[in-house]
Amino acid sequence: MPHTEVLLSGENITKIFGDFKANDNVNFSISKGEIHALLGENGAGKSTFVKIIYGLLKPDSGNVIWKNEIIEINGPKHARELGIGMVFQHFSLFEALTVLENISLALPEKNQSDDLEKRIEEISNEYGLQIDPKSRVFNLSVGEQQRVEIIRCLLQNPELLIMDEPTSVLTPQEISKLFEVLEKLSKSGCSILFITHKLEEVRSLTSRATILRRGKNVSTVATKDHTAKSFSQMMVGHEINTNKYKKIKIENENLLKINNLSRPAQNQFSVELKDINFSVRGGEILGIAGIAGNGQSELMEALTGEYLSIEADKIVFNGFDISNLKPNERRKHGISFIPEERIGHATVSSFNLSENFYLTDYINDNSSNYGIINTSFNYENASNIVNEYDVRVPHNNPLASSLSGGNLQKFIVGREISRKPKLLVASQPTWGVDVGAALEIRSQIIKIAEQGAIVIIISQDLDEIFLLSDLISVIYNGKLSKQFDKEKVNLEKIGLLMGGSS
Amino acid sequence: MITLSPRSNISFSLTLLTPIIAIFFTLVMGLIIFSFLGYDPLKSLYYFFIAPVSRPDQVAALAVKACPLILIASGLVFCYRSNIWNIGAEGQLVFGAIFSGWLALNFLESNSFLLLPCMMLVAILGGMFWALIPAILKIRFNTNEILVSLMLTYVASLFIDFLVRGPWRDPMSFGFPLTPTYSDAALIDRVYIPFVGYIGQLHYGVFVALFVSVILWFVLMKMLPGFKIRVTGESSSAAIFAGFNPSHVTIMVMCISGGTAGLAGMIEVSANIGQLQPNISFGYGFTAIIVAFLARLNPLAAIPAGLIVALAELGGDSVQISMGMPKVVTGVFKGLLLLSLLAGETFNRYHIKFDFKKGNK
Amino acid sequence: MLELIIAVILSSIPIMLAATGELVVERSGVLNLGVEGMMLMGAVIASITVITTGSLFLAVIFGALSGLLTSIVFGFFALVLATNQVATGLALTIFGTGLSGLIGAEYVGKAIQRLEAFNIPILSNIPYLGPVLFSHNILVYFSFIIVFIVGWFLLKTKSGLVLRAVGNNHDSAHALGYSVVFIRFCSVMFGGLMAGLGGAFLPLVLTPHWAEGMTAGKGWIALALVVFASWRPLRIPIGALLFSGITVMQLVGQARGWAMPSQFLSMLPYLATIAVLVIISRNKEFSIINAPASLGKLFIAGK
Repeated sequence: MPHTEVLLSGENITKIFGDFKANDNVNFSISKGEIHALLGENGAGKSTFVKIIYGLLKPDSGNVIWKNEIIEINGPKHARELGIGMVFQHFSLFEALTVLENISLALPEKNQSDDLEKRIEEISNEYGLQIDPKSRVFNLSVGEQQRVEIIRCLLQNPELLIMDEPTSVLTPQEISKLFEVLEKLSKSGCSILFITHKLEEVRSLTSRATILRRGKNVSTVATKDHTAKSFSQMMVGHEINTNKYKKIKIENENLLKINNLSRPAQNQFSVELKDINFSVRGGEILGIAGIAGNGQSELMEALTGEYLSIEADKIVFNGFDISNLKPNERRKHGISFIPEERIGHATVSSFNLSENFYLTDYINDNSSNYGIINTSFNYENASNIVNEYDVRVPHNNPLASSLSGGNLQKFIVGREISRKPKLLVASQPTWGVDVGAALEIRSQIIKIAEQGAIVIIISQDLDEIFLLSDLISVIYNGKLSKQFDKEKVNLEKIGLLMGGSS
Repeated sequence: MITLSPRSNISFSLTLLTPIIAIFFTLVMGLIIFSFLGYDPLKSLYYFFIAPVSRPDQVAALAVKACPLILIASGLVFCYRSNIWNIGAEGQLVFGAIFSGWLALNFLESNSFLLLPCMMLVAILGGMFWALIPAILKIRFNTNEILVSLMLTYVASLFIDFLVRGPWRDPMSFGFPLTPTYSDAALIDRVYIPFVGYIGQLHYGVFVALFVSVILWFVLMKMLPGFKIRVTGESSSAAIFAGFNPSHVTIMVMCISGGTAGLAGMIEVSANIGQLQPNISFGYGFTAIIVAFLARLNPLAAIPAGLIVALAELGGDSVQISMGMPKVVTGVFKGLLLLSLLAGETFNRYHIKFDFKKGNK
Repeated sequence: MLELIIAVILSSIPIMLAATGELVVERSGVLNLGVEGMMLMGAVIASITVITTGSLFLAVIFGALSGLLTSIVFGFFALVLATNQVATGLALTIFGTGLSGLIGAEYVGKAIQRLEAFNIPILSNIPYLGPVLFSHNILVYFSFIIVFIVGWFLLKTKSGLVLRAVGNNHDSAHALGYSVVFIRFCSVMFGGLMAGLGGAFLPLVLTPHWAEGMTAGKGWIALALVVFASWRPLRIPIGALLFSGITVMQLVGQARGWAMPSQFLSMLPYLATIAVLVIISRNKEFSIINAPASLGKLFIAGK
């Protein structure tokens, strides 16, 4: 091991929420200048652990040791004073404030000086992180927002930098640039704790990895001795079969045509859709790749009917002009949608599953008579979905809020697929879902395509795009690229398109 | 330091218990305030809560007092469930009375049995009309419905004041601001039970209120329109995803709550007053807000909740007469009750941990 | 004419003070609809103080403090217990209206000594300008000064930046280690102080006696003023003067017997408020940029 001097370690860290052990005797250590990966599925306890190190949570038992001394971190400010910085997955930025104001909010009072702007410039030049200190955050792209977060940490000369899933919002090219920055930092003596679920990154960047599963340590290993496959086995706990997706390609008469679809930006925070054209046939899966904030949600809203385009003939499905139909009317044509947000969009968290079934099934004549809700019909259907799609529920007909992310997503996918749609539009169908559930969801999606449905997947996860799609398009700044045959295009080409070059 | 963490499931018994604890807490706080201001606390409690309901006719008076509260609260529940904050029910009540009064004053000689149902209908339309103004301004111009509906309440009470002092004043009223008395066909009868007779002032309007609240409960909990309203209140993006139009929901809930308030205004006048005057309501539109919350936003529960709050109203009169306390004391109770109900909601939804360890700020 | 202008300035002060306080509260992401209740508490306590002690100075202080105490009730429920802010604010108004009536019952209609005007030497002798601008009681000068102080605080100081940050995104502020509840509690208390002061101004200057519910909706109008100002402090005085101009105008109209029923004249301030809300709110883009993004949203730490 090249690193010997331990910078920070956690000994037997335990954190309990209610009756749920988020961290159960977790042990961990990171050396000076080391880049260390923290791996685990969703809900394995990674975020809880780093929140403890950053002082946002207090452990119920166990010690945090910083430079050979047991310390109690009182809060993020204290952590920053010690030399611990953190870049959050969901950025901790203030959209309405300027970059300069955002940065100054994270600095202690004594670091506030008139030359802050100059120091930001120095740091951004040193690491190649270009940013205009005067622009407001809501005008920045996601990649630029991450730069603000990183600069904010670097200005405090941290000795340990925690990065929570930093690559999930970046293009492959941006990722390699980020890795350069991180390696440079590591050489200058800064340790980096890198949380990810992308296993290839672990091997290319980090020297050691600690794997968590259900709140417990599985092991800490040198990354060069392992493969992506062995990592995923450690994370999940059993062998997983990744070769399951072999899609039989069929073609049938189902046809979706999008003709010159445009949509003006609704406000500063939204993206303008510019002249989008594509067509997909039954049996095909179209994957739409792109970095968050390039028009995906605007496109999704146009496809679902949550936003209605005023002009006719923009969206034509099997010969019907559905451009001006609301979501429920589009469902009547055999179209199903899976939006990105599970809670508060695809479902209502305080409603039980049968009410959530009714949410997208009220167009069905059986689910209500003369406006009176047919409770038993909805209950039966919801129960069938729970059984068929292996949704794990705490008790009969629970509230949506009491299901884990993966199980709720399985319910949503089940609800939408059980209507046997001729067209399925799904946005980020496996985002934040554990490996097992993701596997099942993806095979369900492939199954309905094999039965002749058109499938459109909008996803920021390039692996998922390549895994599922027959055709791939990239959305960048509200424009959709031409379609590529999956077999004839490589990751690099798609990555470049995602970054805006062609 | 107090920390909140969400409960994994919300128990039914706790849901039932919360309002009871809130009422108890309100009483204790009330006792403390009474003694602080130098009143005998036990005596005031007696005059407040027991004395007003110690005779059958007084119980009837309680039901009469609760009638407009139940009606308005059942409608307001729809607004608050859908996150529309209509606090102008008082003005909508006034407009219900004005519209139905217009009909009554135009048919002073009529003895048609159709007059009363027609008055009910136009009263509902009047309340809806006044409620639609904030609704449409909100949809069209994004204005805040709280402020607009409240401002319109001031306007409505000035408007009825203008009518009864001006164009609608009875020339025979000796200068008093009163309209002519309605014809009998425009009045709501007291309830007559054979062999028993009249029970105080109990009138048929009370049954209208009960009927409306049952119907509205059914619509809210068992029917598609109610489902739309509940979904919209919980998450407007889920509502749009389902294909519901939030603007339509805003219109719908404002119409329902405006309609019930308008009906309440008509019943108040036709059953209790018999003519229009500058003040036709004792702030029922505002008090009903508390009833709606005490009922935990359930129209059916608005019936017991309306009775409880009506008791506090009568208690205010009672302590004023017997102990010389100002009547506004009911406001203190109502405010405290609403605050404790809201706190109860928090206790219901979250585990609350009190943590006084040092260094834990 | 001179008296009219002075009347407009004087009657703008209560809503200006209350709105300035509420603006700070809303900038921190909290919607306190209890302004009316807090103003009434300020008004009643100020009246009682001056009647019993005869000290105008104490009346001002106690009036402001009683608004602050009332706001602590709001803060405890809405911030610590995370109750619905709209309903809590309504409850506070109902509670404040009732409690002020209860404790002020014996003092209704009793004459109160007025706060004396303080003539600024030399300047107050300037013809026309002097009486209008430099011959007021101390609270009038204070109100205008506090608006500028609040503007400076919000836009130029680090603490003001933190307050705006909390109002913009409380989750980010929490993640950076700022105590969202503490910062908001401080803002709510400032709002209470200002509302109490605005309430105290009513019996001490405008109508020199205490009457039940004497604010007559001024608290609600202050809330509308914050929207009118689109959350920018320096626009508060403009709105307040405009509004009190309409109020004074309709009073003059009634006194001079304009050919319009008095009730319609009395409606003018309320109708004007609605009109202003429509004009300001119709520009959605504008409101999105200026309105604090977390306004009225619940915050639960460590979620």
